[in-house]
Amino acid sequence: MNQRVEVAAPVVAAGSDDARGRPIKIVNRDVNVWYGDKRALHDVSIDIPDRAVTAFIGPSGCGKSTFLRCMNRMNDTIPSARVTGTIEIDGQDIHDRSLDVVQLRARVGMVFQKPNPFAKSIYENVAYGPRIHGLARSKAELDAIVEQSLKRAALWDEAKDRLSQPGTGLSGGQQQRLCIARAIAVDPEVILMDEPASALDPIATARIEDLIDELRQNYTIVIVTHNMQQAARVSQRTAFFHLGKLVEEASTERMFTAPRDKRTQDYITGRFG
Amino acid sequence: MPDHISSAYDAELQDLRRNVSEMGGVAEKMLTEATDALVRRDTPLAQAVIGADARLDVLQRETEEQAILTLVRRQPMAIDLRETVAAIRTSGDLERIGDLAKNIAKRVMAVSGQFQPQKIVVGVQHMSDLALGQLKDVLDAYAQKDDRAALDVWQRDGAIDALYTSLFRELLTYMMEDPRNITFCTHLLFAAKNIERIGDHTTNIAETVHYLVTGENLAGERPKNDRSSFETIEAET
Repeated sequence: MNQRVEVAAPVVAAGSDDARGRPIKIVNRDVNVWYGDKRALHDVSIDIPDRAVTAFIGPSGCGKSTFLRCMNRMNDTIPSARVTGTIEIDGQDIHDRSLDVVQLRARVGMVFQKPNPFAKSIYENVAYGPRIHGLARSKAELDAIVEQSLKRAALWDEAKDRLSQPGTGLSGGQQQRLCIARAIAVDPEVILMDEPASALDPIATARIEDLIDELRQNYTIVIVTHNMQQAARVSQRTAFFHLGKLVEEASTERMFTAPRDKRTQDYITGRFG
Repeated sequence: MPDHISSAYDAELQDLRRNVSEMGGVAEKMLTEATDALVRRDTPLAQAVIGADARLDVLQRETEEQAILTLVRRQPMAIDLRETVAAIRTSGDLERIGDLAKNIAKRVMAVSGQFQPQKIVVGVQHMSDLALGQLKDVLDAYAQKDDRAALDVWQRDGAIDALYTSLFRELLTYMMEDPRNITFCTHLLFAAKNIERIGDHTTNIAETVHYLVTGENLAGERPKNDRSSFETIEAET
C-alpha cells in the first residue's frame, strides 16, 4: 500500500517546462462537484506531476479548495456533496469500491490553513498515525518514525528536547510544521496543502516554503494559496481556477510572466475582470 | 485592457511609460542635432547636444528608481512585470544612445576649423538618417506595443551595419590618399561607429518590445553585416 509505484508513462506533456518529463501522479478527468443543487466545480481535468509542487490559485469561491479536497475524498465527509468524474492515483481509481478511504487519506495527506495539532504531546501527535496504521512493530521503530518525520518537517531541532510537551504549546509556525510531520509520519505519497502559511508571519512562512521545496524531492505536493508570490516561489506548475472552472494550467514561470488566458492575466495582475 | 483595482498602480505604470517616451524624444533629438552639427560644422548646436545629455541621465535614474519602487510595492505579474522590466531595459538603452550622440557632438568640437571634404560627411549623415528612422520606428512600436513593427526594426539593423562597413573602407581610402585627412577621418570613423552602436541599442529595444508583447525572448542571431573588423586596405606601390 505504502510502496511508491513507479509509472513509466504517461508523462507531463512537453512545453510544461519545469515538470517536463515527470511521470503523472494523479490524473483528474471531468471532475464535477455539487453541493446540493449548486455546482461548485465544472469538468475539471488536470494531471498532477509526481514529486513536484502544483499550485492552485484563484479568487475565493473559485473551487480550488473544493477540488483539492476531491483528491483524498475529503468531500465525502460533507453530506450534501456529490463528486463525479474520475480521479486516478498511479492508475488506481480513488472512488473504486474496494478502496479503503482511510488508507487513501494516509497515502494522500492533508495540511490545513489553521494548524490543528491534537491536544496531545508533540510525540503523540506524530506517533498517532503510524500507530493506528500499524507502521511500527516496536517502540524503537515508532521513535525512529517520529524522529525522521520531525526531521523531514524541519522541526526536530526545536522539538527534540520537549517531545512530551503539548503540541499546542508550540508557536503557530512550529504547529504547522508539526502538522506536516504528522502527515509525513504515515509515509504518504501526496500531500495536499490548503493555504498552509496564510496564518503565519513572514519568517514562519519562509520556513514552510523552504520545507515545501525540500519535501518535493520525496512527495507530490498540491498547494492552494491566495498568495501569488508564494505560488511563484514554491511551485513548478500553477493552475488558475475561476467560477468553478479550471481556466489555465502551465509552468509556474509562464503563468506569472506570460499567461495565455485574459482571465488569468486580469486576476494575477489585480485588474477588474 | 481593464484598469487595475488599485488606481495608484495604473498611475505608476503610466508614469513609467511617460518617462520612457520622454527619454525617447530626447535621444532622437540628440542624434538628429549631433548629425546636423557634424554636417554643418555647427559648434553651438554641438554644445547644445552635449548639454541635453544631462536631462537624459536624470530621466534614466528616475525611471529606474520608479521601476524599483513598483517592484517593491506591487510585485508586478504578467504584463505588468514585463512592462516594468521593459522600462528598465529601454531606459538603459536610450541613455546609452544619448551618450553616443553626445560623443559625436564632442567630435564636432574637436574637428571644428579643420579642413573637411564635405563628400565624406554625406556617408555618415546617411547612416545617421537610417539609424534615426529605426529609432523612431522602435519607439513607436514600444508605445503601441506593436510586435510586428519591432521585429521589422530588428530585421533592418543589417542595413546600418553594411553601410558602416563600406564607410569604413571609404574613410581608410581617404586617409591613404592624403595624410591631412587623417585627424578628421578618424573622428568621422568614431562618429560612424557610434551610430552603428546606436543601431545596436535600437535593436535591443526591438527585442525588449518583443518580450513586452509576447513574454518571450527573441531566439537566434540577429542579422549582422558589420564586417569592418575584417577589413584591410593595401597601400598602392
